[in-house]
Amino acid sequence: MATLAELCIAAVAEAFRTDRELVGTGIGPIPRLGVGLAKLTHSPGLMMTDGEAFLVEQPVPLGPRAYDDRKPAGYLPFSRFFDSAVWSGRRHAMVTPTQVDRFGQTNLSALGGTHAQPKTQMLGARGFPGNGIYHANSMFIPAHGPRVFVTGEVDRVSSPGYNPARRIAGGNYSAIDLRRIVTNLCVMDFGGPDNTVRVISLHPGVTFDEVQAATGFDLIDAVAGETPLPSDEQLEIIAALDPHGIRHTVLPDNPPAQRSTP
Amino acid sequence: MSTLDKRMSAAEIVGRLRSGMTLGIGGWGPRRKPMALVREILRSDLTDLTVVSYGGPDVGMLCAAGKVKKLVFAFVSLDAIPLEPWFRKSREAGAIEVLELDEGMFQWGLKAAAFQLPFLPTRVGLGTDLLELGGLRTVQSPYDDGEVMVAMPALKLDAALIHVHRCDHRGNVQALGPDTYYDEWFAKAADQCFVSAEELVPAMEDAYPEDARANLFERCFVTGVTEARGGAHPTSMPPSYGWDMGWMKRYAGAAKDPGDWSAVSAQFVGASEEEYLASVGGMEAVGALPLPVF
Repeated sequence: MATLAELCIAAVAEAFRTDRELVGTGIGPIPRLGVGLAKLTHSPGLMMTDGEAFLVEQPVPLGPRAYDDRKPAGYLPFSRFFDSAVWSGRRHAMVTPTQVDRFGQTNLSALGGTHAQPKTQMLGARGFPGNGIYHANSMFIPAHGPRVFVTGEVDRVSSPGYNPARRIAGGNYSAIDLRRIVTNLCVMDFGGPDNTVRVISLHPGVTFDEVQAATGFDLIDAVAGETPLPSDEQLEIIAALDPHGIRHTVLPDNPPAQRSTP
Repeated sequence: MSTLDKRMSAAEIVGRLRSGMTLGIGGWGPRRKPMALVREILRSDLTDLTVVSYGGPDVGMLCAAGKVKKLVFAFVSLDAIPLEPWFRKSREAGAIEVLELDEGMFQWGLKAAAFQLPFLPTRVGLGTDLLELGGLRTVQSPYDDGEVMVAMPALKLDAALIHVHRCDHRGNVQALGPDTYYDEWFAKAADQCFVSAEELVPAMEDAYPEDARANLFERCFVTGVTEARGGAHPTSMPPSYGWDMGWMKRYAGAAKDPGDWSAVSAQFVGASEEEYLASVGGMEAVGALPLPVF
């Protein structure tokens, strides 16, 4: 029986469905497995790296392996990543920010305090500002809750969203393209009026009210049904891409996709 | 007449630096960092530095030791340990000034400096907090599109520190491995660039002519060279060696307990490079560190 993690991986793969040739980047086990699944099924145009510098046509499995146990088909080191993937718009990335607000703005920089002295220093903006202004982005949130989906704005805006108050006249924001948010409860998008956040599918056994209660801003109910369970073929591919079962460690207690009825 | 002999000791290189300088450090997070030169700075009385780095343990150690006045960064991370603990402590104590940038803006600023331009335009930063917090300004296209962009200021460096696999006395360098990050642009953005190498050869054309494509930047960008075997340790230097995960765990753990740099600096810096290298098992142990897989 499929696990919730595997259902999320299939939902990630759906988020990456494309007929274009572009770099698919999934940061973290579930996003990365989802991109690999998409590439090996409906979206062969996706390009993936080995996580270091080489492009591979066969996604690199998660976890321990020999250093040379990958077959480079191309080359995309950090030293040309902005030229080739980010600033050309030929990329779709899925990341896990610490905070997300109703505009799709995210925070990876710091929590609380001041800029001079944050209460909690995190990674820094990394490539988020450039990713957000130049190419498609999605998010994976393993613990859907109001500490992640905050009321008001995120503490620091690391990546841009659809906030009209943060747009300056003459700036080009046309490439801001927020796709999907896959969480442990549901799948959301930015398809509401003025790019507001909608719930488009609920994982089996989850209610819209439950999702709304776990979110710090108002959601639109656009639920078209349950998030589909992964097929046997998808499960087989996922297992091959994750031979050590790292996906089983992402969600606490590795719950099944189908909640048990009380 | 210049002899083109750029050989120096690590101490002589650090002797060329001054407190208050803006210092670029090559590499990326825990990868191919010029750590032997960073350790030499940590053994010196240099202070008040502005450090420009895709930050790893270089930044954490310099912050912990109180060498940093200001940090220009996009991230500071040990990768497998995502949050650099000593950097965090400095930030959360309000001990350093920062200019926080995007990774791409960062290299754009190095390129502006390399091309001797005041800035280069970009869309990156629009819609984020970076502009206001960093005091970054905008510029309008003079053409019909009239687009307003961020003017990423040149990140002009007084000096850059870079670690490569091979160099000769004239500053012909070769950087192997799958990725050289933005080392080239650190070298070109700097008034003076100092290179440490795993191997100092008498003449590159005799030693490794077949690898000339690994010449990352021309020797006119090199001020001084020094040999430093294991000079990237504890960061990775593929294909020669991987990062030292055990070291990074001890280093991260020390940020919590005892949490005081002066109590632990000896074990992470050493009184000399020879002593440091011996303390981590010598080149035999460093050379055996497995390359990380991702």
